[in-house]
This record gives sequence, structure tokens and C-alpha cells, in this order.
Amino acid sequence: MNTRAIALAAALKKRRDVRQAVAGYTGVTVHFDPDQTTHDALGAAIKRLAAKRPPMAEPGRLHRIPVVYDGPDLEEVAARLKLSREKIVEVHSRPIYRVFLLGFVPGWAYLGPLPEELELPRRHVPRTQVPAGSVAIAGRQTGIYPLPTPGGWHLIGRTSVKLFLADSDPPSLFRAGDRVKFFAAKS
Amino acid sequence: MTTVLRVIEPGLFTTVQDLGRPQAIAAGVTPGGAMDRFAHRAANLIVGNAEGDATLECTLTGPHLVAEHSCLIAITGADLDSRVNGQAAPMWTGIFLGQGDHVTFGARRSGGRAYVAVAGGIEADRWLGSLSTNLLAARGGLHGRNLKAGDQMGAAREATRPAVSGRHLIENLRPRYDDHTLYVIAGPHIKRLDPHSRGELFGAAFKVSREADRMGYRLDGPRLATSGDELLSFGLTAGAVQVPHGGQAILLMADHQTAGGYPVVATVVSASMPVAAQLVPGDELHFKEVTLDRARQMRLALASAMDTLR
Repeated sequence: MNTRAIALAAALKKRRDVRQAVAGYTGVTVHFDPDQTTHDALGAAIKRLAAKRPPMAEPGRLHRIPVVYDGPDLEEVAARLKLSREKIVEVHSRPIYRVFLLGFVPGWAYLGPLPEELELPRRHVPRTQVPAGSVAIAGRQTGIYPLPTPGGWHLIGRTSVKLFLADSDPPSLFRAGDRVKFFAAKS
Repeated sequence: MTTVLRVIEPGLFTTVQDLGRPQAIAAGVTPGGAMDRFAHRAANLIVGNAEGDATLECTLTGPHLVAEHSCLIAITGADLDSRVNGQAAPMWTGIFLGQGDHVTFGARRSGGRAYVAVAGGIEADRWLGSLSTNLLAARGGLHGRNLKAGDQMGAAREATRPAVSGRHLIENLRPRYDDHTLYVIAGPHIKRLDPHSRGELFGAAFKVSREADRMGYRLDGPRLATSGDELLSFGLTAGAVQVPHGGQAILLMADHQTAGGYPVVATVVSASMPVAAQLVPGDELHFKEVTLDRARQMRLALASAMDTLR
């Protein structure tokens, strides 16, 4: 579904009456120019495009991200999941995750799916400040905090890789559809 | 760069803004731009600029500026008691400043955000296609931050048209910021509201809480009850009314986060966004549902008001 959403967003972006099309997990948010088209006309065009199934984009780039697994929540996560720290590292760094969606703050990417063995609800009380580079999990998702922001995910590690690249365009290391593989690094 | 305006006092929170960077939202960067696009565009057109040129957005308390060179300016939006050399300065009107003239602001009379345009446009840093200030990334505007005392601002270019003072937006075309009815269309997740909450959304009064900034306003008022499974994250827009778990509605504004997963129960129509932009904490507001067609008519009415300045 996410692959189709990304492909549809890419096809819609080429239209003159579309200002921006943003792929979500399973949908596309379309910003259109009401001087160029109407809601009904564009809606019909989107339906036609979606039915035609625009060509899928090439598989995204693969990023290998070194992680020092010493996050402040690692102990608690291990206790709640009844897994050893080593097992958490192994399970978290096993899959090749997909970049489903960029957003929340610049450079943030929703990665998943996280293996079921690591599934936990968000922290009850979010932190008011999470350090940049923190590697975190919540639900069936994982992600990296690109900037110091408040956050409610469980912090299991950290990386020195910069996610938010202010002077690049787009200013983000990851793009929707990219793939991400974590590996354990020494601190 | 030739300095046109020098900042003596920056005011509470003054930033450089234009029409934002809508194409950056796919990369997770907030679109930004002037909160009140009508006032921003009008200020530019009055001084002969393109409507996308950069202006100053002055929040609640305006700055104290001095003209280093003669220039033409216009002040629009909120009435913050603007003055030139101590004398009341007309709003929505081109004002000629001579070298050494002082622009000051006094007590807020209505609205929350005033806009100052300078003929030629304010020179600022371009980031991802826009001159708007993004504080989080520390990019755009004046070195990616709000104004501070001692800053110097230049005009981006020579004024393109003969710079004439006295051009103005006629009185009855100026926005009525004192009517706090925000027209909305039903949002994509309106069905998640229970019937009682739906009645409250379109009937009850809401109040802008103290948690209100360029990202959005938390609204005090009736708790809205939503149901259904957790939503998968999706793209957002300014004007969206989100309802998080606690039931306290949030109205997203220019610096909104680009994606989220809370139900969007209504979206403020573009013609009402200037009014929304001028709300300040404590202001009461009502949402009134309109059809998409009516929203389009309201938008066209604002556009033709703007056309009188071209």
C-alpha cells in the first residue's frame, strides 16, 4: 500500500494543478491550486490515476546506520519485554526497514515494520527533550530523532549519522521509500 | 546591500516571512510563511512589490525601526497603533519614509500580527525556495532567527514601479478581524466524532489557549469525543482541526508539523485563515460549517479585493 501511495504521489506531483502530494502510510494528501482545477475534477483525475496504478518507483536507496545500543530506556524495555539486552539489539538490527513517511520534525522518518517481539506502547509520559541522534521504538515502528525535540518513544540507542541536512535539498538523509539497516557499533 | 531599515527594538517576536515553502513538506519541513496571507500580500502590492516578496511579521508588540534611506513602506494586518515620528500612521496605505524617520508601535488595538512591507522587498536568506524564517532549522529570514536590536535590513532590489505613497486598500475591503467566526469544511475524519461532539464543534464557543504560536493553537472548550482505531500517519495542512486523545482541539497554523495521526474533524477554509491568524490567547471563536462551493466563493471574494491593488 505504501509503495502505491508513494508512486501515486510522484505521479500527482507532475500535474500543474497540484502544488504538493505527500504520501502517508496508506494514503496521499494532495494540496492543489484552486485557480487551476476544482475539487471534483481533480478528484476524478486522482481516481483515474490510482486505478491505472502508476509505475512503482525503483527500490529506495539502502542506508546502513551504525547504532550504539546504550539508550536510557534499554534496561526498562528489556525488563518489560522479558528479553536480554543482547536479544533486543539482535532483533532490532535484523530487518531492513522501510521509510514509510517523512514528517513530524524535519528529518524524522517513520521506519518499520518493527518485529512484533519488540512491540511496546509509547511511554506514558513523553520526555520534554530527547537528544538528537536517539534511536527509538514504539508500537511496530522505529525511528531516529533528528533534532532535540520532545518525544514519547523508547530510547534504545544512539547514532552519529546526521538525519537532517539543512543545506541539502531535500534537507533529509532519508526519502520515502528508502530502506534502512541498523548495525551495532562500539561507542 | 544598502541598509534601508535598522532595528532599534525588535518587538516581542518579529520574523521575516513570505508565502512559505509548500514543496518542502514532503521532506518533513513545515511550510511556514506569513500567518495572515491577505495582509502580507496586500502590504506588498500597496508598495508595488510582488505578493511573494518578504515582509516583517510583527507579533503583539511591534518593533521600533529607523529608516537609513528614504523608502516606501506599508503596514497591514493587526492594528498595533503604528506611528511615524510619533504621529499616527495610516494602515493598509503606502507611507513614504525619509532618512531618519522612526516607525514605532504602541498598544495592541485589534488582531495579533501586523505586516510591514518595504518597496523592493526585504532582503533575506533563501532556504528551500523561500525567505521565510524557520527557527527550528535556523534557516531563512534574517540568519534563521527573529529580529534583534541592531539588525539592518536592505531592500532585495530597486522598487520596480514608481514608488508612490498614498495607495491604499479601500476601507470596506479590509478584513474584519473582530468577527471570530471561522468557516470550515468537514474534515476527512468527521465521522469519528460522536453526534454530541459534532454538535459542540459547530455550535459551542472555543477559546484560544495560552499554548498558541505559529505552529498552531490549542483550543479551550468542549472536549470532543472521537472513536475508532488508531490512524496511520498522513500529511497535514494549515487550517486542519485535529482532535488528540484528550479531546482538546488543536488548530494547525503556518508552521504546523507536516504529518500526524490524530483525527482531522474540520478544516478552516482559506478565506478564514487571515482571521484565524489574528487570534490571540483568550479570544473566543466559533466554527461554522460551509460547503466546498461556498468556500471557493469566499476565496474568490478575497482575491477580487486583492485585485483592486494590482
